[in-house]
Amino acid sequence: MTLQSLKNLTINEVREAVAAGRTTATALAEAHYERIAAEDGQINSYLALSRDRALIQAEKIDQMAQRGEVLPPLAGVPVGIKDVLVMRGVPATAASLVLKDYRPPYDATSVQRLEAAGAVLLGKINCDEFAMGSSNENSAYGPVRNPRALDRVPGGSSGGSAAAVAAGFAVATLGTDTGGSIRQPAAFCGVVGVLPTYGRVSRYGLIAFASSLDRVGPFTRNVKDAATMLEVLAGRDALDATSSDRPSGDYVAALEKPVEGLRVGVPEEYFGEGLDPEIRAAVEKALDALKAAGCTIRKVSLPHTKYAVPAYYVIATAEASSNLSRFDGVRFGLRDHEAKTLSDMYRKTRDAGFGAEVKRRILLGTYALSAGYYDAYYKKAQQVRALLARDFLEAFHEVDVLIAPVTPTPAFRLGEKTDDPIKMYLEDIYSVAASLAGVCGMSVPCGETSEALPIGVQVLGRHFDEATMLRVARAIEQSQQG
Amino acid sequence: MSGQSEVSIEEVRRVAELANLELTAEEEPRMQRDLNAILGYIEQLSELDTSSVAPMAQVGEVLEDRVVSPHGETLRLDIVQPSLDRADVMASAPETDGRFFKVPKVIER
Repeated sequence: MTLQSLKNLTINEVREAVAAGRTTATALAEAHYERIAAEDGQINSYLALSRDRALIQAEKIDQMAQRGEVLPPLAGVPVGIKDVLVMRGVPATAASLVLKDYRPPYDATSVQRLEAAGAVLLGKINCDEFAMGSSNENSAYGPVRNPRALDRVPGGSSGGSAAAVAAGFAVATLGTDTGGSIRQPAAFCGVVGVLPTYGRVSRYGLIAFASSLDRVGPFTRNVKDAATMLEVLAGRDALDATSSDRPSGDYVAALEKPVEGLRVGVPEEYFGEGLDPEIRAAVEKALDALKAAGCTIRKVSLPHTKYAVPAYYVIATAEASSNLSRFDGVRFGLRDHEAKTLSDMYRKTRDAGFGAEVKRRILLGTYALSAGYYDAYYKKAQQVRALLARDFLEAFHEVDVLIAPVTPTPAFRLGEKTDDPIKMYLEDIYSVAASLAGVCGMSVPCGETSEALPIGVQVLGRHFDEATMLRVARAIEQSQQG
Repeated sequence: MSGQSEVSIEEVRRVAELANLELTAEEEPRMQRDLNAILGYIEQLSELDTSSVAPMAQVGEVLEDRVVSPHGETLRLDIVQPSLDRADVMASAPETDGRFFKVPKVIER
């Protein structure tokens, strides 16, 4: 197995090669670490490597293979974990100084499920601080660069997770998406990224940003791998009261069902002013392919779309201001040891520990929740959220999935939007409405710009209907290969 | 929200205090500028009449086939289960005597 071929390796190929004895999980893990050591210097996707734990797991898988046992679905698959999800004993920083050197005493449920399914967890992956950002430039440990164009951002906040899959530093990764943080980096880096329905995948062990919006999902190189990952991750977890016990699974089998007869909606609000013409053309080509495959295409309207970004930035920051109050220097992470009183210690610790964007969002959220402003901002935003959810529920009475762009532009240059928070927030214009409504969504590669930058198309599905969304994504993927 | 006046530097300080954040002299005007820009942008929510819309706090509230069981759909059974080991948790604490978290003086005398 050459280092170059790691870039295209899929979950199925790994599992089959390990089962047939053509390679070992240990050799694969070592090859990935070698590639990371050689090339991640310029990408900056990994923040910590969990080598000991990975090699123990790989050895376990290799012994199973030697004994000829049936291998679990992710046997020997090298996977990276976004640094907002915790792994026992492995540093978890959330890309923040406030958690520098913190080693959590437990595993996130998603981490535990991947490992139980045979995955080899290589380490923790860079992101925007506390998952707040759309470019991965907010990491306290330096930005991540886009492997497809090193002067460009990989997107955010799960920029490192997308970049690692694109660069061959992991076969799959976990990311999180609060307002677009899986779909947008997937589009920028040319990989598949899935936002499962809210409640589909446990959030236990996820360092919370905005609890009513945060979701955990996979990055992979193709749709089938995404379905395999989701099968492992999905399901009720008693440790997350918002996780659902609705039936899940069989996502891989669902891919075999043809898309003929499915009704595909095109929300007109997602194709307006500001959409890059090359992205528009690529998304329209994907729609043509679905039409050719027997889908019915029809226009739909999600009339409140333009209010999604402002509503999101009230709700997400309000929840963040509450969630991030736990970083106070008392129980874990950074503490200012000079402070003489408790309240002084809180403030000095938080001032030293948080970056500018995190402070900005805490301030905005605190303001929106403070006496006299609660009704005008927080309650208002929650009411608009209800209208946005209604838009989707009504559209899904008429159609089975929605097709839209993921982002208005392809990957932008580092530093291009860092001075203007609103410009950066508008990156999320096509992604936040689905986040607020709780429906499932994903980004699938659908072409390149004239500058060879990847383009993604967004497939949105009903609550808990990931199976149909994945089928449609697969049809788009197949049309690209043809 | 409509006709909201600009956030003053004093208000920025007050909100920072509520949030237990200490802003430097350089950070204050920058945060004031950004807060005003973002709040100005958020202002457009007031275009919508939401007087008859119930606020949505959680996705589960809007699901059309939602089942409400008498026990609460998602609550686990109230059974005692082991929690994290104290020594494991205390190992991450900035200052501890092994049993408790230690903090600086709480009350001034």
